[in-house]
Amino acid sequence: MAKKSDKKIIFNKEKKMPPFAISFYSMEYNKTGGWRNFRPVIDYDKCSCCLICWKSCPEAAIKLKKTKVKGKEKFKPVIDYEYCKGCGICWEECPTEAIDIEEEAE
Amino acid sequence: MKLKIPEEEIMGHGNLACQGCGATLAMRLALKALGSNTVIVLPACCWSVIDGPFPHSVVNVPLFHTAFAAGPSTASGVKAALEIQGKDTNVVAWAGDGGTYDIGLGTLSGAAERNDDMIYVCYDNEAYMNTGIQRSSSTPLKAWTTTTPVENPKESHKKDIISIMAAHRIPYLATASVAYPEDMIEKFKKAKDIRGMRFILVFSPCPTGWKYAPQLTVKLARLAVQSRVFPLIEIENGIKWKLNKEITHPSPVSEYLKPQGRFKHLSDEDIAEVEQSVEADWNRLLEKTKK
Ligand SMILES: Cc1ncc(C[n+]2csc(CCOP(=O)(O)OP(=O)(O)O)c2C)c(N)n1
Ligand code: SF4
Ligand code: SF4
Ligand SMILES: [Mg+2]
Repeated sequence: MAKKSDKKIIFNKEKKMPPFAISFYSMEYNKTGGWRNFRPVIDYDKCSCCLICWKSCPEAAIKLKKTKVKGKEKFKPVIDYEYCKGCGICWEECPTEAIDIEEEAE
Repeated sequence: MKLKIPEEEIMGHGNLACQGCGATLAMRLALKALGSNTVIVLPACCWSVIDGPFPHSVVNVPLFHTAFAAGPSTASGVKAALEIQGKDTNVVAWAGDGGTYDIGLGTLSGAAERNDDMIYVCYDNEAYMNTGIQRSSSTPLKAWTTTTPVENPKESHKKDIISIMAAHRIPYLATASVAYPEDMIEKFKKAKDIRGMRFILVFSPCPTGWKYAPQLTVKLARLAVQSRVFPLIEIENGIKWKLNKEITHPSPVSEYLKPQGRFKHLSDEDIAEVEQSVEADWNRLLEKTKK
C-alpha cells in the first residue's frame, strides 16, 4: 500500500489502466476540536481506568497513557482536545461519573 | 495489563461526521479488528463524506468509492484483482442501510449467491441520512423521516434483512452494536478468518437523523439490545442461528423510543403497537435459535 505521505497522485498510463486518483493525504489538518461547544474533563481522582470512554469515542480522541496506580500498571484515558468534537458520549457513559462537561469559552 | 480491544487506531483523526455519529464509531471499532491488511469498498452513503475530500482520507487503508448500487459487485471485482496479484487482503464492502436493504440488494444477493469472498458490512442508521433523512426499507414502524412526516409516519415494518441474507446460506452472518464493542470486535475477527460471503449488520444510531442529543448514541444502541429491538445474533451457513445475548428482563421498548425525536409523535397506542411488533419478532427469532 502506498503511504499517505507520498505526494504523488497516480494516473497510471503505463499499465493502461483507467485514470485512477488516489488520496494520499490524511485528514489530520481538520482539527475537529474547533467544533466543540462542550468540553469533557476527566477527574483522575474518580477515574477507575475502566476505559469505557476510550471504547465509546467516535473520534478516537481519547488516548491511552501507561501509568502505575498503587503499583499496578494501568492505562489512563487522556482526551485529545485537538480532535474531541464534544459529543458528550464519554461523559454519558462513564460509570464512575469521573467526566464532567463544561461549556466551551467563546 | 492487557486490553481486550486492540489499541492501534487504523481510523485516523479529523473525520467529517456529525458529533456523536454511531457510524463513525462503528468504523473505528471494525478497523481495529480487521487490521491494516484491508481494502474498503464504499458505495454512496454518509461515509463517502465522513472519509474526507480528495486527496484526503481518514482511514489508513485503501478506500474505493463506488456507485450507490454497486458496493457488492465492486467488492467482488476488487477481490478478484487482488487474488490475481496473489494478495490475501480483507475486502470489506461498507454500506449504509439504503445501500443494502434497497438499492444494493440485487448486487448483494448476486455476490452472496456466488459466495464471493468479502466481508459485507451494513451500518444501519435506519434511513438515507446523507441526503437528508429519507425513509429506507430499514426505517422502523411509525418512525418520522422527511418522507414519512408525523401526519403520515412509516406504515410498514423494517425489512428483515437478516432472514433474507440467511436464505442465501452464506457461511457467516452476524449482528453487532457499537454499545457492545468486545462482542463486535470478536465477530469481525471471526469473520476475518472465514472465507466466502460474510455479512455483518451494525446498529449505528444517528443523532442527526433520529433527533436525539449526541451523547446518547451508545446508550440508545445499548437500549436497543436490552429492549429486544436489536438482538445480537450469529448465523452459520444460514441454518445455525445463535442468540449471543439472552435478554431475560428486557427494558421497556418505550425507554428506547422516548429520547428520540423521530418517535416523539407516537401515542400510547402507537407505542403499544411497536412493542407488540418487537415481541413478535423476538418470539420468531427464539424459534429459530432453539432449532
Ligand atoms: C443512484 C444514486 N441515487 C441516489 C444517490 C444519492 N445518494 C447518495 S448517498 C444516499 C443515501 C444513502 O443512504 P444509506 O445507504 O442509508 O447511508 P447513510 O447516508 O444513511 O449513511 C443517496 C440517496 C446516489 N449517489 N446514487
Ligand atoms: S466528548 Fe465525544 S469526541 Fe470528545 S472525547 Fe468524549 S466521546 Fe470523544
Ligand atoms: S447524518 Fe448521522 S450517520 Fe451521517 S454523519 Fe451525521 S450522525 Fe453520522
Ligand atoms: Mg442510512
